[in-house]
Amino acid sequence: MTIPASWYLIVAAMLFGIGAFGLLTRRNALIMFMCVELMLNAVNLTFVTFAHSLKDIGGQAAVFFILVVAAAEVTVGLGIVVAVFRRRSSTTVDELSELKG
Amino acid sequence: MTLQLPSVHYLAILPELITIGAAVVLLFAAALSRGRLDRMVGTVVVASASVATFVVAFFQWHDIAQHGASTTLANAVVLDGFSVVATVVIALGLLLSALVAHDWLGRESMTGVEYHILTLAATSGAMIMAQANDLIIIFLGLEILSIGLYVLVAFNRRRANSAEAALKYLLLGGFASAIFVYGAALIYGATGSTTLTSISYFLGTHVLTSNGILLAGLGLLIVGFAFKVAAVPFHLWSPDVYEGAPTPVTGFMAAVVKVGAFAALLRVVASSLGTQAATWRPIIWVLVVLSIFVGASVALVQRNVKRLLAYSSVNQAGFMLLGLWSGTARGVAGTLYYVMTYTPVVIATFAVVALVGGLGDEGHSLEKYRGLARRQPWLGGALTVLLLAQSGAPFTTGFFAKYSVIAAAVDAGGVPLAVLAMAGAAVAAFFYLRLVLSLYADGAEEPTLTQVPVASGTVIGFGAVTAIVFGIWVSPLASLAHHASLLFLQKP
Repeated sequence: MTIPASWYLIVAAMLFGIGAFGLLTRRNALIMFMCVELMLNAVNLTFVTFAHSLKDIGGQAAVFFILVVAAAEVTVGLGIVVAVFRRRSSTTVDELSELKG
Repeated sequence: MTLQLPSVHYLAILPELITIGAAVVLLFAAALSRGRLDRMVGTVVVASASVATFVVAFFQWHDIAQHGASTTLANAVVLDGFSVVATVVIALGLLLSALVAHDWLGRESMTGVEYHILTLAATSGAMIMAQANDLIIIFLGLEILSIGLYVLVAFNRRRANSAEAALKYLLLGGFASAIFVYGAALIYGATGSTTLTSISYFLGTHVLTSNGILLAGLGLLIVGFAFKVAAVPFHLWSPDVYEGAPTPVTGFMAAVVKVGAFAALLRVVASSLGTQAATWRPIIWVLVVLSIFVGASVALVQRNVKRLLAYSSVNQAGFMLLGLWSGTARGVAGTLYYVMTYTPVVIATFAVVALVGGLGDEGHSLEKYRGLARRQPWLGGALTVLLLAQSGAPFTTGFFAKYSVIAAAVDAGGVPLAVLAMAGAAVAAFFYLRLVLSLYADGAEEPTLTQVPVASGTVIGFGAVTAIVFGIWVSPLASLAHHASLLFLQKP
Protein backbone atom coordinates (compact mmCIF):
# COMPACT_ATOMS: atom_id res chain seq x y z
CA MET A 1 0.00 0.00 0.00
CA THR A 2 1.42 3.37 -0.92
CA ILE A 3 0.33 6.71 0.34
CA PRO A 4 -0.61 9.05 -2.53
CA ALA A 5 1.59 12.10 -3.09
CA SER A 6 -1.27 14.48 -2.51
CA TRP A 7 -1.39 13.47 1.16
CA TYR A 8 2.18 14.64 1.62
CA LEU A 9 1.33 17.89 -0.11
CA ILE A 10 -1.64 18.43 2.18
CA VAL A 11 0.52 17.78 5.27
CA ALA A 12 3.08 20.24 3.91
CA ALA A 13 0.41 22.86 3.25
CA MET A 14 -0.92 22.39 6.79
CA LEU A 15 2.58 22.73 8.27
CA PHE A 16 3.09 25.89 6.23
CA GLY A 17 -0.24 27.26 7.41
CA ILE A 18 0.53 26.46 11.06
CA GLY A 19 3.91 28.20 10.70
CA ALA A 20 2.38 31.28 9.09
CA PHE A 21 -0.41 31.41 11.69
CA GLY A 22 2.07 31.08 14.53
CA LEU A 23 4.31 33.78 13.12
CA LEU A 24 1.41 36.19 12.87
CA THR A 25 -0.11 35.45 16.29
CA ARG A 26 2.72 34.53 18.68
CA ARG A 27 4.69 37.36 20.25
CA ASN A 28 7.88 35.67 21.40
CA ALA A 29 10.77 36.25 18.98
CA LEU A 30 12.17 32.74 19.49
CA ILE A 31 8.81 31.07 18.82
CA MET A 32 8.42 33.27 15.75
CA PHE A 33 11.77 31.97 14.52
CA MET A 34 10.63 28.42 15.01
CA CYS A 35 7.54 29.24 12.94
CA VAL A 36 9.72 30.48 10.06
CA GLU A 37 11.69 27.23 10.30
CA LEU A 38 8.46 25.25 10.23
CA MET A 39 7.38 27.08 7.07
CA LEU A 40 10.73 26.35 5.39
CA ASN A 41 10.51 22.68 6.33
CA ALA A 42 7.02 22.52 4.87
CA VAL A 43 8.55 23.82 1.64
CA ASN A 44 11.21 21.11 1.84
CA LEU A 45 8.55 18.43 2.19
CA THR A 46 6.74 19.87 -0.83
CA PHE A 47 9.93 19.83 -2.88
CA VAL A 48 10.76 16.25 -1.96
CA THR A 49 7.22 15.07 -2.73
CA PHE A 50 7.19 16.72 -6.13
CA ALA A 51 10.73 15.49 -6.88
CA HIS A 52 9.60 11.94 -6.09
CA SER A 53 6.45 12.07 -8.17
CA LEU A 54 8.19 13.85 -11.10
CA LYS A 55 11.19 11.45 -10.90
CA ASP A 56 13.44 14.52 -11.00
CA ILE A 57 16.48 15.00 -8.78
CA GLY A 58 16.35 18.81 -9.04
CA GLY A 59 13.71 19.20 -6.36
CA GLN A 60 15.70 17.14 -3.88
CA ALA A 61 18.79 19.25 -4.56
CA ALA A 62 16.76 22.38 -3.82
CA VAL A 63 16.12 21.07 -0.30
CA PHE A 64 19.84 21.26 0.54
CA PHE A 65 19.95 24.91 -0.48
CA ILE A 66 16.90 25.70 1.63
CA LEU A 67 18.37 23.90 4.64
CA VAL A 68 21.60 25.89 4.39
CA VAL A 69 19.73 29.17 3.98
CA ALA A 70 17.55 28.38 7.00
CA ALA A 71 20.64 27.67 9.10
CA ALA A 72 22.30 30.92 8.01
CA GLU A 73 19.13 32.87 8.77
CA VAL A 74 18.89 31.43 12.27
CA THR A 75 22.55 32.20 12.98
CA VAL A 76 22.07 35.86 12.12
CA GLY A 77 18.65 35.95 13.75
CA LEU A 78 19.80 34.60 17.10
CA GLY A 79 22.65 37.11 17.04
CA ILE A 80 20.14 39.93 16.66
CA VAL A 81 17.86 38.45 19.35
CA VAL A 82 20.84 38.36 21.73
CA ALA A 83 21.62 42.00 20.88
CA VAL A 84 18.04 43.00 21.68
CA PHE A 85 17.95 40.79 24.79
CA ARG A 86 21.06 42.46 26.22
CA ARG A 87 19.22 45.78 26.22
CA ARG A 88 15.83 44.62 27.43
CA SER A 89 16.10 41.18 29.07
CA SER A 90 13.02 40.05 27.19
CA THR A 91 12.32 38.51 23.82
CA THR A 92 8.68 39.50 23.58
CA VAL A 93 8.23 41.65 20.51
CA ASP A 94 5.30 43.58 21.99
CA GLU A 95 7.74 45.21 24.39
CA LEU A 96 9.76 46.48 21.45
CA SER A 97 7.87 49.71 21.17
CA GLU A 98 10.49 52.30 20.25
CA LEU A 99 9.27 51.99 16.67
CA LYS A 100 5.55 52.11 16.06
CA GLY A 101 4.52 50.18 12.96
CA MET B 1 30.53 6.62 -13.36
CA THR B 2 31.90 10.07 -13.98
CA LEU B 3 30.50 13.25 -12.61
CA GLN B 4 29.41 15.66 -15.30
CA LEU B 5 30.20 19.22 -14.33
CA PRO B 6 28.33 22.00 -16.10
CA SER B 7 30.39 24.32 -18.27
CA VAL B 8 31.05 27.74 -16.83
CA HIS B 9 31.14 30.97 -18.80
CA TYR B 10 33.29 32.92 -16.36
CA LEU B 11 32.68 36.31 -17.93
CA ALA B 12 28.99 35.98 -17.07
CA ILE B 13 29.55 35.45 -13.35
CA LEU B 14 32.58 37.74 -13.00
CA PRO B 15 30.68 40.61 -11.27
CA GLU B 16 29.56 38.23 -8.51
CA LEU B 17 33.07 36.77 -8.24
CA ILE B 18 34.53 40.27 -7.92
CA THR B 19 32.19 41.42 -5.17
CA ILE B 20 32.37 38.19 -3.18
CA GLY B 21 36.13 38.06 -3.76
CA ALA B 22 36.54 41.63 -2.49
CA ALA B 23 34.47 40.74 0.60
CA VAL B 24 36.65 37.68 1.30
CA VAL B 25 39.88 39.68 0.80
CA LEU B 26 38.65 42.35 3.23
CA LEU B 27 37.60 39.68 5.71
CA PHE B 28 41.05 38.10 5.63
CA ALA B 29 42.78 41.46 5.84
CA ALA B 30 40.69 42.37 8.87
CA ALA B 31 41.41 39.03 10.53
CA LEU B 32 45.16 39.09 9.86
CA SER B 33 45.93 42.73 10.66
CA ARG B 34 47.09 43.59 14.17
CA GLY B 35 44.82 46.51 14.93
CA ARG B 36 41.46 47.51 13.49
CA LEU B 37 41.72 48.35 9.81
CA ASP B 38 41.02 51.93 8.85
CA ARG B 39 37.63 52.54 7.19
CA MET B 40 39.57 54.04 4.28
CA VAL B 41 40.80 50.54 3.33
CA GLY B 42 37.22 49.31 3.08
CA THR B 43 36.11 52.27 0.98
CA VAL B 44 39.02 51.84 -1.41
CA VAL B 45 38.33 48.10 -1.84
CA VAL B 46 34.62 48.70 -2.44
CA ALA B 47 35.36 51.47 -4.94
CA SER B 48 37.82 49.26 -6.84
CA ALA B 49 35.36 46.37 -6.87
CA SER B 50 32.64 48.65 -8.28
CA VAL B 51 34.94 50.07 -10.95
CA ALA B 52 36.08 46.53 -11.87
CA THR B 53 32.40 45.57 -12.23
CA PHE B 54 31.83 48.52 -14.59
CA VAL B 55 34.78 47.38 -16.74
CA VAL B 56 33.52 43.77 -16.76
CA ALA B 57 30.06 44.99 -17.73
CA PHE B 58 31.59 46.76 -20.72
CA PHE B 59 33.10 43.47 -21.94
CA GLN B 60 29.87 41.59 -21.17
CA TRP B 61 27.91 44.08 -23.27
CA HIS B 62 30.27 43.45 -26.20
CA ASP B 63 30.04 39.71 -25.70
CA ILE B 64 26.24 39.95 -25.92
CA ALA B 65 26.43 42.21 -28.98
CA GLN B 66 28.60 39.65 -30.74
CA HIS B 67 27.27 36.29 -29.56
CA GLY B 68 23.81 37.14 -28.28
CA ALA B 69 22.40 36.42 -24.85
CA SER B 70 23.45 33.16 -23.26
CA THR B 71 22.88 30.99 -20.22
CA THR B 72 25.58 29.18 -18.31
CA LEU B 73 26.06 26.88 -15.30
CA ALA B 74 23.41 24.43 -16.51
CA ASN B 75 20.96 27.23 -17.38
CA ALA B 76 21.06 28.58 -13.84
CA VAL B 77 22.60 31.94 -14.72
CA VAL B 78 21.80 34.14 -17.67
CA LEU B 79 23.83 36.84 -19.38
CA ASP B 80 21.66 39.26 -21.33
CA GLY B 81 21.51 43.00 -21.84
CA PHE B 82 19.03 43.38 -19.00
CA SER B 83 21.27 41.62 -16.48
CA VAL B 84 24.31 43.70 -17.51
CA VAL B 85 22.49 47.01 -17.03
CA ALA B 86 20.97 45.84 -13.72
CA THR B 87 24.42 44.72 -12.51
CA VAL B 88 25.94 48.10 -13.38
CA VAL B 89 23.16 49.91 -11.51
CA ILE B 90 23.67 47.66 -8.47
CA ALA B 91 27.43 48.30 -8.54
CA LEU B 92 26.76 52.04 -8.81
CA GLY B 93 24.46 51.82 -5.79
CA LEU B 94 27.21 49.98 -3.88
CA LEU B 95 29.80 52.62 -4.77
CA LEU B 96 27.62 55.61 -3.87
CA SER B 97 26.39 54.13 -0.60
CA ALA B 98 29.95 53.16 0.39
CA LEU B 99 31.00 56.80 -0.02
CA VAL B 100 28.10 57.95 2.17
CA ALA B 101 28.95 55.24 4.71
CA HIS B 102 32.59 56.37 4.74
CA ASP B 103 31.63 59.73 6.24
CA TRP B 104 28.99 58.19 8.47
CA LEU B 105 31.44 55.66 9.97
CA GLY B 106 33.87 58.51 10.61
CA ARG B 107 31.23 60.63 12.34
CA GLU B 108 30.05 57.78 14.54
CA SER B 109 33.74 56.94 15.24
CA MET B 110 33.44 53.34 14.11
CA THR B 111 36.62 51.68 12.95
CA GLY B 112 36.94 48.48 11.01
CA VAL B 113 35.80 47.28 7.62
CA GLU B 114 32.90 45.01 8.64
CA TYR B 115 30.38 47.44 7.16
CA HIS B 116 32.02 47.21 3.75
CA ILE B 117 32.34 43.43 3.91
CA LEU B 118 28.61 43.15 4.56
CA THR B 119 27.62 45.56 1.80
CA LEU B 120 29.86 43.75 -0.68
CA ALA B 121 28.30 40.39 0.22
CA ALA B 122 24.77 41.79 0.07
CA THR B 123 25.51 43.41 -3.29
CA SER B 124 26.62 40.09 -4.75
CA GLY B 125 23.23 38.70 -3.70
CA ALA B 126 21.45 41.46 -5.61
CA MET B 127 23.63 40.76 -8.67
CA ILE B 128 22.77 37.05 -8.46
CA MET B 129 19.08 37.97 -8.42
CA ALA B 130 19.56 40.08 -11.54
CA GLN B 131 21.24 37.21 -13.39
CA ALA B 132 19.40 34.20 -12.01
CA ASN B 133 17.54 31.97 -14.42
CA ASP B 134 16.29 29.54 -11.82
CA LEU B 135 13.85 30.06 -8.97
CA ILE B 136 16.19 28.46 -6.44
CA ILE B 137 19.08 30.70 -7.56
CA ILE B 138 16.80 33.73 -7.18
CA PHE B 139 15.98 32.50 -3.68
CA LEU B 140 19.69 32.15 -2.87
CA GLY B 141 20.42 35.65 -4.19
CA LEU B 142 17.49 37.04 -2.22
CA GLU B 143 18.78 35.43 0.98
CA ILE B 144 22.40 36.50 0.46
CA LEU B 145 21.10 40.04 0.01
CA SER B 146 18.67 39.88 2.93
CA ILE B 147 20.92 38.18 5.49
CA GLY B 148 23.62 40.77 4.82
CA LEU B 149 21.02 43.51 5.27
CA TYR B 150 19.65 42.11 8.55
CA VAL B 151 23.11 42.57 10.05
CA LEU B 152 23.61 45.97 8.42
CA VAL B 153 20.30 47.26 9.83
CA ALA B 154 21.49 46.26 13.32
CA PHE B 155 24.93 47.72 12.65
CA ASN B 156 24.74 50.63 15.06
CA ARG B 157 24.80 48.76 18.35
CA ARG B 158 24.58 51.94 20.38
CA ARG B 159 21.03 52.64 19.19
CA ALA B 160 18.21 50.51 20.58
CA ASN B 161 16.19 51.37 17.47
CA SER B 162 18.71 49.70 15.22
CA ALA B 163 18.49 46.21 16.73
CA GLU B 164 14.71 46.44 17.03
CA ALA B 165 14.36 47.36 13.38
CA ALA B 166 16.66 44.47 12.48
CA LEU B 167 14.53 42.01 14.45
CA LYS B 168 11.36 43.19 12.72
CA TYR B 169 13.04 43.10 9.33
CA LEU B 170 14.40 39.63 10.01
CA LEU B 171 11.08 38.10 11.11
CA LEU B 172 9.07 39.63 8.27
CA GLY B 173 11.88 39.04 5.76
CA GLY B 174 12.08 35.39 6.79
CA PHE B 175 8.31 35.11 6.45
CA ALA B 176 8.48 36.63 2.95
CA SER B 177 11.32 34.32 1.92
CA ALA B 178 9.40 31.27 3.11
CA ILE B 179 6.34 32.39 1.11
CA PHE B 180 8.51 32.99 -1.94
CA VAL B 181 10.18 29.61 -1.82
CA TYR B 182 6.84 27.84 -1.22
CA GLY B 183 5.65 29.53 -4.40
CA ALA B 184 8.78 28.22 -6.14
CA ALA B 185 8.04 24.69 -4.86
CA LEU B 186 4.46 24.78 -6.18
CA ILE B 187 5.57 26.08 -9.57
CA TYR B 188 8.14 23.29 -9.65
CA GLY B 189 5.37 20.81 -8.98
CA ALA B 190 3.15 22.23 -11.69
CA THR B 191 5.78 22.60 -14.43
CA GLY B 192 8.43 20.03 -13.50
CA SER B 193 11.34 22.43 -13.30
CA THR B 194 12.67 25.41 -11.37
CA THR B 195 14.61 26.73 -14.36
CA LEU B 196 12.83 29.76 -15.80
CA THR B 197 13.60 28.75 -19.37
CA SER B 198 12.07 25.31 -18.89
CA ILE B 199 9.05 26.74 -17.07
CA SER B 200 8.48 29.17 -19.94
CA TYR B 201 8.88 26.36 -22.50
CA PHE B 202 6.56 24.04 -20.58
CA LEU B 203 3.85 26.68 -20.28
CA GLY B 204 4.20 27.60 -23.95
CA THR B 205 3.77 24.02 -25.14
CA HIS B 206 1.25 22.56 -22.68
CA VAL B 207 -2.30 23.41 -21.87
CA LEU B 208 -2.91 22.75 -18.20
CA THR B 209 -6.29 21.20 -17.48
CA SER B 210 -6.14 22.01 -13.78
CA ASN B 211 -3.71 24.80 -13.00
CA GLY B 212 -4.59 25.43 -9.36
CA ILE B 213 -1.11 24.57 -8.12
CA LEU B 214 0.51 26.83 -10.71
CA LEU B 215 -1.77 29.74 -9.81
CA ALA B 216 -1.14 29.28 -6.09
CA GLY B 217 2.59 29.19 -6.74
CA LEU B 218 2.44 32.30 -8.89
CA GLY B 219 0.44 34.17 -6.26
CA LEU B 220 2.86 33.20 -3.48
CA LEU B 221 5.87 34.24 -5.59
CA ILE B 222 4.34 37.67 -6.20
CA VAL B 223 3.51 38.09 -2.50
CA GLY B 224 7.11 37.21 -1.59
CA PHE B 225 8.45 39.79 -4.04
CA ALA B 226 5.90 42.39 -2.93
CA PHE B 227 7.24 42.07 0.62
CA LYS B 228 10.78 42.67 -0.59
CA VAL B 229 9.97 45.74 -2.70
CA ALA B 230 7.59 47.02 0.02
CA ALA B 231 4.43 47.22 -2.10
CA VAL B 232 1.16 47.89 -0.25
CA PRO B 233 -0.32 45.84 1.52
CA PHE B 234 3.02 44.20 2.32
CA HIS B 235 4.84 47.42 3.20
CA LEU B 236 4.28 47.64 6.95
CA TRP B 237 7.86 46.76 7.84
CA SER B 238 9.42 49.45 5.67
CA PRO B 239 8.83 52.68 7.67
CA ASP B 240 10.11 51.06 10.88
CA VAL B 241 13.13 49.51 9.23
CA TYR B 242 13.96 52.65 7.24
CA GLU B 243 13.77 54.69 10.43
CA GLY B 244 15.70 52.28 12.62
CA ALA B 245 18.49 51.39 10.19
CA PRO B 246 21.63 53.56 10.01
CA THR B 247 20.92 56.17 7.30
CA PRO B 248 23.55 54.97 4.77
CA VAL B 249 22.07 51.47 5.08
CA THR B 250 18.60 52.90 4.43
CA GLY B 251 19.88 54.46 1.20
CA PHE B 252 21.51 51.17 0.21
CA MET B 253 18.29 49.26 0.92
CA ALA B 254 16.10 51.70 -0.94
CA ALA B 255 18.27 51.44 -4.03
CA VAL B 256 19.98 48.05 -4.26
CA VAL B 257 17.15 45.89 -2.90
CA LYS B 258 14.72 47.51 -5.33
CA VAL B 259 17.01 46.96 -8.33
CA GLY B 260 17.72 43.33 -7.44
CA ALA B 261 14.13 42.47 -6.58
CA PHE B 262 12.66 44.19 -9.64
CA ALA B 263 15.21 42.57 -11.96
CA ALA B 264 14.21 39.14 -10.67
CA LEU B 265 10.51 40.02 -10.61
CA LEU B 266 10.54 41.17 -14.24
CA ARG B 267 12.45 38.10 -15.33
CA VAL B 268 10.12 35.70 -13.53
CA VAL B 269 6.75 37.30 -14.08
CA ALA B 270 6.98 39.24 -17.35
CA SER B 271 9.35 36.91 -19.17
CA SER B 272 8.90 33.30 -18.09
CA LEU B 273 5.32 33.48 -16.84
CA GLY B 274 4.29 35.86 -19.61
CA THR B 275 1.80 33.31 -20.90
CA GLN B 276 -0.08 33.57 -17.60
CA ALA B 277 -0.52 37.35 -17.88
CA ALA B 278 -4.29 37.08 -17.52
CA THR B 279 -3.70 35.65 -14.04
CA TRP B 280 -1.02 37.91 -12.62
CA ARG B 281 -2.19 41.19 -14.13
CA PRO B 282 -5.11 41.72 -11.72
CA ILE B 283 -2.82 41.03 -8.74
CA ILE B 284 -0.24 43.55 -9.98
CA TRP B 285 -3.05 46.03 -10.77
CA VAL B 286 -4.16 46.03 -7.12
CA LEU B 287 -0.56 46.31 -5.87
CA VAL B 288 0.10 49.28 -8.19
CA VAL B 289 -2.97 51.27 -7.18
CA LEU B 290 -2.63 50.59 -3.45
CA SER B 291 1.12 51.32 -3.41
CA ILE B 292 0.80 54.60 -5.27
CA PHE B 293 -2.12 55.96 -3.25
CA VAL B 294 -1.32 54.60 0.22
CA GLY B 295 2.35 55.59 -0.19
CA ALA B 296 1.48 59.12 -1.26
CA SER B 297 -1.28 59.80 1.25
CA VAL B 298 0.40 58.32 4.35
CA ALA B 299 3.60 60.22 3.50
CA LEU B 300 1.61 63.45 3.91
CA VAL B 301 1.15 62.95 7.66
CA GLN B 302 4.70 61.85 8.52
CA ARG B 303 6.76 64.03 10.88
CA ASN B 304 9.99 62.07 10.50
CA VAL B 305 11.91 62.50 7.27
CA LYS B 306 13.08 58.86 7.10
CA ARG B 307 9.53 57.57 7.51
CA LEU B 308 8.38 60.08 4.90
CA LEU B 309 11.01 58.79 2.47
CA ALA B 310 9.99 55.21 3.31
CA TYR B 311 6.44 55.94 2.17
CA SER B 312 7.86 57.83 -0.80
CA SER B 313 9.73 54.67 -1.78
CA VAL B 314 6.50 52.65 -1.37
CA ASN B 315 4.92 55.11 -3.80
CA GLN B 316 7.85 54.73 -6.23
CA ALA B 317 7.57 50.93 -6.03
CA GLY B 318 3.99 51.30 -7.28
CA PHE B 319 5.21 53.10 -10.39
CA MET B 320 7.92 50.49 -10.97
CA LEU B 321 5.24 47.79 -10.76
CA LEU B 322 3.24 49.70 -13.36
CA GLY B 323 5.88 48.85 -15.97
CA LEU B 324 5.62 45.22 -14.94
CA TRP B 325 1.82 45.29 -15.23
CA SER B 326 2.05 46.08 -18.95
CA GLY B 327 4.36 43.07 -19.32
CA THR B 328 5.58 44.24 -22.74
CA ALA B 329 9.16 44.94 -23.83
CA ARG B 330 8.34 48.63 -23.48
CA GLY B 331 7.07 48.19 -19.95
CA VAL B 332 10.17 46.23 -18.94
CA ALA B 333 12.40 48.94 -20.42
CA GLY B 334 10.34 51.56 -18.55
CA THR B 335 10.80 49.82 -15.20
CA LEU B 336 14.51 49.31 -15.88
CA TYR B 337 14.88 53.02 -16.72
CA TYR B 338 12.94 53.83 -13.55
CA VAL B 339 15.20 51.86 -11.19
CA MET B 340 18.29 53.06 -13.10
CA THR B 341 17.50 56.74 -12.53
CA TYR B 342 15.99 56.21 -9.07
CA THR B 343 19.18 54.62 -7.65
CA PRO B 344 21.53 57.66 -7.62
CA VAL B 345 18.69 59.99 -6.64
CA VAL B 346 17.54 58.00 -3.62
CA ILE B 347 21.06 57.31 -2.35
CA ALA B 348 21.92 61.01 -2.65
CA THR B 349 18.69 61.93 -0.82
CA PHE B 350 19.59 59.64 2.05
CA ALA B 351 23.14 61.09 1.98
CA VAL B 352 21.61 64.51 2.75
CA VAL B 353 19.46 62.92 5.47
CA ALA B 354 22.56 61.24 6.96
CA LEU B 355 24.36 64.59 7.11
CA VAL B 356 21.44 66.60 8.52
CA GLY B 357 20.66 63.83 11.03
CA GLY B 358 23.88 64.62 12.89
CA LEU B 359 25.76 62.52 15.42
CA GLY B 360 23.91 59.37 16.48
CA ASP B 361 21.34 59.56 13.65
CA GLU B 362 18.98 61.48 15.92
CA GLY B 363 17.76 64.61 14.11
CA HIS B 364 15.31 63.30 11.53
CA SER B 365 12.29 65.44 12.35
CA LEU B 366 11.01 67.61 9.53
CA GLU B 367 11.70 70.71 11.66
CA LYS B 368 15.42 70.23 11.05
CA TYR B 369 14.83 70.87 7.35
CA ARG B 370 13.06 74.18 7.83
CA GLY B 371 15.06 76.89 6.07
CA LEU B 372 17.87 74.50 5.11
CA ALA B 373 18.16 75.99 1.63
CA ARG B 374 18.36 79.52 3.09
CA ARG B 375 21.23 78.61 5.38
CA GLN B 376 23.05 76.39 2.89
CA PRO B 377 21.94 77.11 -0.67
CA TRP B 378 24.03 74.36 -2.25
CA LEU B 379 22.94 71.55 0.06
CA GLY B 380 19.33 72.73 0.09
CA GLY B 381 19.36 73.26 -3.67
CA ALA B 382 20.66 69.73 -4.26
CA LEU B 383 17.98 68.29 -1.98
CA THR B 384 15.38 70.31 -3.87
CA VAL B 385 16.51 68.79 -7.16
CA LEU B 386 16.55 65.29 -5.67
CA LEU B 387 13.03 65.62 -4.26
CA LEU B 388 11.69 67.12 -7.49
CA ALA B 389 13.26 64.25 -9.44
CA GLN B 390 11.43 61.76 -7.20
CA SER B 391 8.16 63.62 -7.65
CA GLY B 392 8.58 63.39 -11.44
CA ALA B 393 8.96 67.09 -12.22
CA PRO B 394 9.80 67.98 -15.85
CA PHE B 395 13.51 68.40 -16.72
CA THR B 396 14.48 65.74 -14.19
CA THR B 397 15.01 62.02 -14.74
CA GLY B 398 11.88 61.29 -12.71
CA PHE B 399 9.66 62.82 -15.38
CA PHE B 400 10.70 60.52 -18.19
CA ALA B 401 10.75 57.55 -15.80
CA LYS B 402 7.11 58.13 -14.86
CA TYR B 403 6.23 58.93 -18.46
CA SER B 404 7.75 55.71 -19.79
CA VAL B 405 5.95 53.36 -17.38
CA ILE B 406 2.63 55.19 -17.83
CA ALA B 407 3.00 55.20 -21.64
CA ALA B 408 3.78 51.47 -21.55
CA ALA B 409 0.64 50.86 -19.51
CA VAL B 410 -1.47 52.87 -21.98
CA ASP B 411 0.07 50.87 -24.83
CA ALA B 412 -0.88 47.64 -23.13
CA GLY B 413 -4.49 48.76 -22.84
CA GLY B 414 -4.45 50.00 -19.27
CA VAL B 415 -5.87 53.49 -19.70
CA PRO B 416 -7.81 53.50 -16.38
CA LEU B 417 -4.72 52.31 -14.52
CA ALA B 418 -2.58 54.95 -16.22
CA VAL B 419 -5.07 57.67 -15.25
CA LEU B 420 -5.06 56.44 -11.64
CA ALA B 421 -1.25 56.41 -11.64
CA MET B 422 -1.14 60.01 -12.91
CA ALA B 423 -3.60 61.08 -10.20
CA GLY B 424 -1.39 59.29 -7.67
CA ALA B 425 1.67 61.12 -9.00
CA ALA B 426 -0.14 64.42 -8.41
CA VAL B 427 -0.92 63.46 -4.79
CA ALA B 428 2.70 62.39 -4.32
CA ALA B 429 3.97 65.66 -5.82
CA PHE B 430 2.10 67.45 -3.04
CA PHE B 431 4.15 65.96 -0.19
CA TYR B 432 7.43 66.35 -2.07
CA LEU B 433 6.63 70.01 -2.77
CA ARG B 434 5.61 70.59 0.84
CA LEU B 435 9.04 69.39 1.98
CA VAL B 436 10.74 71.51 -0.72
CA LEU B 437 8.81 74.62 0.36
CA SER B 438 9.81 74.11 3.98
CA LEU B 439 13.45 74.06 2.83
CA TYR B 440 12.98 77.65 1.69
CA ALA B 441 10.81 78.81 4.60
CA ASP B 442 12.26 81.06 7.28
CA GLY B 443 11.84 80.88 11.02
CA ALA B 444 13.99 77.90 11.90
CA GLU B 445 14.08 77.42 15.66
CA GLU B 446 17.75 76.69 16.21
CA PRO B 447 19.65 77.13 12.97
CA THR B 448 22.58 74.74 12.80
CA LEU B 449 24.98 74.48 9.92
CA THR B 450 25.44 71.00 8.49
CA GLN B 451 29.01 69.98 7.69
CA VAL B 452 29.32 68.45 4.21
CA PRO B 453 32.35 66.12 3.96
CA VAL B 454 33.92 65.51 0.54
CA ALA B 455 32.71 61.93 -0.08
CA SER B 456 29.07 62.62 0.82
CA GLY B 457 29.21 65.92 -1.06
CA THR B 458 30.35 64.05 -4.17
CA VAL B 459 27.44 61.60 -3.90
CA ILE B 460 24.89 64.37 -3.39
CA GLY B 461 26.34 66.34 -6.29
CA PHE B 462 26.39 63.25 -8.50
CA GLY B 463 22.76 62.46 -7.71
CA ALA B 464 21.55 65.99 -8.37
CA VAL B 465 23.62 66.48 -11.53
CA THR B 466 22.58 63.16 -13.12
CA ALA B 467 18.95 63.91 -12.24
CA ILE B 468 19.11 67.16 -14.23
CA VAL B 469 21.56 66.25 -17.02
CA PHE B 470 19.82 62.99 -17.94
CA GLY B 471 16.47 64.62 -17.32
CA ILE B 472 17.16 67.06 -20.15
CA TRP B 473 19.35 64.79 -22.29
CA VAL B 474 17.06 61.76 -22.09
CA SER B 475 18.14 59.65 -25.04
CA PRO B 476 21.34 57.89 -23.81
CA LEU B 477 19.84 56.22 -20.74
CA ALA B 478 16.47 55.65 -22.39
CA SER B 479 18.00 53.88 -25.38
CA LEU B 480 20.23 51.88 -23.05
CA ALA B 481 17.16 50.67 -21.15
CA HIS B 482 15.40 49.95 -24.43
CA HIS B 483 18.28 47.86 -25.84
CA ALA B 484 18.78 45.97 -22.57
CA SER B 485 16.15 43.43 -23.46
CA LEU B 486 15.31 40.39 -21.42
CA LEU B 487 16.17 37.01 -22.81
CA PHE B 488 13.14 35.07 -24.07
CA LEU B 489 10.72 37.95 -23.77
CA GLN B 490 8.34 37.74 -26.68
CA LYS B 491 8.33 41.08 -28.49
CA PRO B 492 4.76 42.20 -29.14
